[in-house]
Amino acid sequence: MTGRSMPAKGARITESRLFPPTLALGLILLFDLLFVPGFFSMDVKDGHLYGSLVDILRNSVPVGILAIGMTLVIATGGVDLSVGAVMAIAASVACIMINPTIIGLQLSGDITSLVSDPDYSFAPMWAVILVPLVVASLCGLWNGVLVAYFRIQPMVATLILMIAGRGIAQLITNAIKIIIFNDTYAFIGNGWFGLPFSVYILALLFVATWLLTRRTAVGLFVESVGINARSSFYSGVREQRVKLFAYIFCGFCAGVAALVASSSIRTSDANQIGLYFELDAILAVVIGGTLLGAGGRFSLLGSIIGALVIQATTTSMYAVGVAASAILAVKAVVVIIVIVLYSQQVQAVIQGAGSRIRRKAAAS
Amino acid sequence: MTTGDSDILVMDGIAKSFPGVQALDAVSFSLARGEIHALVGENGAGKSTLIKVLTGVERPDGGTITLDGRAVTIRSPLHAQELGISTVYQEVNLCPNLTVAENLLIGRQPMRWGRVDWGRVNRRAREILSGLDIDIDVTRPLGSYSVAVQQMAAIARALVISSAKVLVLDEPTSSLTVHETEQLFGVMRKLRADGIAIVFITHFLDQVYEISDRVTVLRNGRLVGAYETAALPRHNLIGLMLGRTLTDLDALVRHKMESSQRIGSEALLEAQGLGAAGIIKPFDLVLHAGEVVGLAGLLGSGRTEVAQLLFGIERPTEGTLTMDGTAVVGSSPIASIKRRVALCPEDRKAEGILADLTVRENIVLAIQARRGWLRHLSTREQVEIAERYIRLLNIATPSVEQPVKNLSGGNQQKVILARWLATEPRLLILDEPTRGIDVGTKADIQKLVLSLADEGMSCVFISSELDEVLRTSHRIVVLRDRAKGSEFSGEVDETAIMSAIGGTGA
Repeated sequence: MTGRSMPAKGARITESRLFPPTLALGLILLFDLLFVPGFFSMDVKDGHLYGSLVDILRNSVPVGILAIGMTLVIATGGVDLSVGAVMAIAASVACIMINPTIIGLQLSGDITSLVSDPDYSFAPMWAVILVPLVVASLCGLWNGVLVAYFRIQPMVATLILMIAGRGIAQLITNAIKIIIFNDTYAFIGNGWFGLPFSVYILALLFVATWLLTRRTAVGLFVESVGINARSSFYSGVREQRVKLFAYIFCGFCAGVAALVASSSIRTSDANQIGLYFELDAILAVVIGGTLLGAGGRFSLLGSIIGALVIQATTTSMYAVGVAASAILAVKAVVVIIVIVLYSQQVQAVIQGAGSRIRRKAAAS
Repeated sequence: MTTGDSDILVMDGIAKSFPGVQALDAVSFSLARGEIHALVGENGAGKSTLIKVLTGVERPDGGTITLDGRAVTIRSPLHAQELGISTVYQEVNLCPNLTVAENLLIGRQPMRWGRVDWGRVNRRAREILSGLDIDIDVTRPLGSYSVAVQQMAAIARALVISSAKVLVLDEPTSSLTVHETEQLFGVMRKLRADGIAIVFITHFLDQVYEISDRVTVLRNGRLVGAYETAALPRHNLIGLMLGRTLTDLDALVRHKMESSQRIGSEALLEAQGLGAAGIIKPFDLVLHAGEVVGLAGLLGSGRTEVAQLLFGIERPTEGTLTMDGTAVVGSSPIASIKRRVALCPEDRKAEGILADLTVRENIVLAIQARRGWLRHLSTREQVEIAERYIRLLNIATPSVEQPVKNLSGGNQQKVILARWLATEPRLLILDEPTRGIDVGTKADIQKLVLSLADEGMSCVFISSELDEVLRTSHRIVVLRDRAKGSEFSGEVDETAIMSAIGGTGA
């Protein structure tokens, strides 16, 4: 433990940066406990765990994965609007490699009966996983070059791919939704090991990124560039490379999210996959306590909790019967609550209350 | 302390603590109408905090403030302005991308037909500035002017935005030339005659004696006392600030003379015809191990540009740079750091500190940058390094995990110095290392530079204060109009250097 995201020794829970998102999540679950009967019930069927809580976990995976990469980009003082579109590109690449029928690839024999075989994949499975990740990372490289070397404002630079990305995805698949019959690929988004397989992917990516940032100098460099790029440059930090890395990594995460999302619905849908996910990912990072625009200190765990807050809100609203169209409004309320919890004024009140309680506890 | 009817402001028993730091401990301060009252003390004495309480930036934990006979609670900087308390901070807080006129009148620009009347904005701005004897084009962006002009604009703005009863000047002169300082003092005297009370914070004791009527001394967050300036001998004042007598400066000079015997004969770093178009004209410079070379010159004379060229912030467009006899190809900060060259930059806020990072992270940053991404210093190693330099430089911080922004300006400066000393440089370039730093620490840094030179380090020392350059440098290089002028070594004649700097002499 580096102690960086943790408060100094002896500091109180209320001062922790993770306090606002955790409180928000707690409040939502408390709401469920009071108003949604059976929300916390769990069933075990065929060794799989089912229940609303598992649904929340599972459905928050793609946004959670995106939020991990987005955290680093936002920490450098930037933002990546293109992750949803990059997901569409990566998903199209993956699907076309399994099922290339629609691009009219002439194969021996009856192609349509071949691709409907659950064991069939045109390209070997390792390539189906790897190539989309490489393609997504290249998309990140493109963003990174524009931001770090051409000094284009991140929002403008990534807007290009956000708009162009879905067009590129359509080109790859000839604007046709490719159906995936392959069961191995479908396991990524649909498999279970007690919990949904995709939850383990998120957990693995989180741990790997945590180690990458906190057990190497990457975290320090990312934060220092976000706080003050010029001071970092004077101190010998290669500011441009740090930014480039952050965008490439963010692209890579979009690739992982694309594999999960497309395999769970067994299709590449260039128009729908990852649509507006960039906004949820940014929101998750902001709820998690990393400052959008300012950059600097980041918390990966905070971002994951942020993704859970977003999904828990959606799931809870469905559970109490709020119409899908109204859910965006409810999300907005949650955002407002968390942002207000972060404000200095409220922080002062919370800390004041915290110390009063402690004094009383000490007196008694 | 006397508190009479003539006092416009009385602060009594002010207390303020930050996490781990008692910044102010029952400090009292009174200000009479029409006086210039100097507020002095070492770094971390509590001057800035007291001013922040007065100007509504920080809420005090305890104590009372009485303004014009009425108890007040100052809620915010805006509220302070409404009450008639205006402030100019140490670092200019204006918008460099707006024009001078916009900066002066933003928020109260004259309107006509619901739109800004730019003609009147610019005319009004010119009037205000000419009242301060400043003649500049108010339609150009503020950032295109020197820090000195920006500072004057900040003062002008403070006067404009409220009918000030109390004007707070927080180190206004630290980036002004002698002439500009005199100009400012002229303005201050005029305001005093108009009955405005001025709080004047400075590290320059000469200025305390030149301009102030009374002086209040703070030390370690406590009040030492308030005195009539004229009745307080300078040695006593320094003693009050430090809580001890000033180290004998003669010892420093003796030290320097002795150490000049140990200067290496081989060139460590040699610049030949090194220059960058539009930044600095080509110059030759040889630096030896164990030698302190001072760069003297006015603001904008090219001192900083020489440093930036040697360190690789700016790329040379002509000439050669050799280190240990080998030509240096490709220049960047990281390449310099790998050659064990270090630059402690002039602008602490913009180029030095990483405000949100801890003291530990700020100190290890350059070492970690040299080691690269993968050879990560463990937290334990980082803490060891940080603690070693906190002890060496006497940095006042509650812990290594304190965000550096919570430290006083002088201690932040020491943290940056620590960052560079930790890289164990063979050449250390110090650009204004003592700006905004108190007397005691200044002497400490000068001593440190000489003892590092004893150990064979080469040092380039840049400072606006000539006596400081004279005291520490074995050799002095004068810069003027972005070109290298004469060099002086051995027994140096101060007036000769002065005329070289000003361009009046040979």
